[in-house]
Amino acid sequence: MGLETVLFLLLAVGAVLTALLVVTTPSPIGSALYLVGTMFCLAGLYVLLAAPFLAAIQVMVYAGAIIVLLLFVIMLLNLRRIEETVPRIWRIAGLFIAGLTLLALFVAIVRGSSVLPDMPAVPDGFGKVKALGEILFGKYLFAFEATSVLLLAAMIGAVTLVRKTGGEGRDGR
Amino acid sequence: MAVELSHYLLLSAVLFGIGTLGVLTRKNLIIILMSVELMLNAVNLTFISLARHAADQEAQVIVFFVLCVAAAEVAVGLAILISIWRKRGTMNVDALSALRG
Repeated sequence: MGLETVLFLLLAVGAVLTALLVVTTPSPIGSALYLVGTMFCLAGLYVLLAAPFLAAIQVMVYAGAIIVLLLFVIMLLNLRRIEETVPRIWRIAGLFIAGLTLLALFVAIVRGSSVLPDMPAVPDGFGKVKALGEILFGKYLFAFEATSVLLLAAMIGAVTLVRKTGGEGRDGR
Repeated sequence: MAVELSHYLLLSAVLFGIGTLGVLTRKNLIIILMSVELMLNAVNLTFISLARHAADQEAQVIVFFVLCVAAAEVAVGLAILISIWRKRGTMNVDALSALRG
């Protein structure tokens, strides 16, 4: 086994284990911390897939910003574990549907993978900032500008949603 | 054994399935939000492995946009979550049935 295989196996097992812990841990704080682990494993896989820029972005945006935001909200609201009073039948139904989705994806991938050619060699500068920037600010310039409008709208929306309007809400009544 | 495209695709399928499981079986709103993030990341992994496979960087640019949308989604989602907490004092999706969903 080469180094790439060993790294892939380590990161893949790490990602799946932490992802399972995210959806099974009772406390939200634990879930968020395991999600950081998943994000780091995925960033490692991105490096293996010749996407170093996206790996850096993954760590900064997901592990750095999004998870910190989630943790902030969890701690600010002092969320504790809530009783998971899911009826057993619904839990089984959920497992069944998730399993079905997984099975469908598995079948599609296994059937499709026989027609796929082998991995090509990585071209020079593939996935680096320069190459991605040229595409982003060339062909996708309009989409990039639209993204900035989206982020502005999300920002204004978030501020409007959490703003306390005089005397409303649980504690102001 | 060499790592092939199908291994990466299978891994992202597994992650997507785990995310689906979380959305369907958990009752805590914030954990459901995290499961959705997990599903988004599984899709990102698919994009990046296919970008590597086709030696085409445009798919990596798409992942960039997915990241932006995920950031916006988390910001708005958490804002909704906070206002629900203020009004209702609960995070349990069973208690939040005003829309009769």
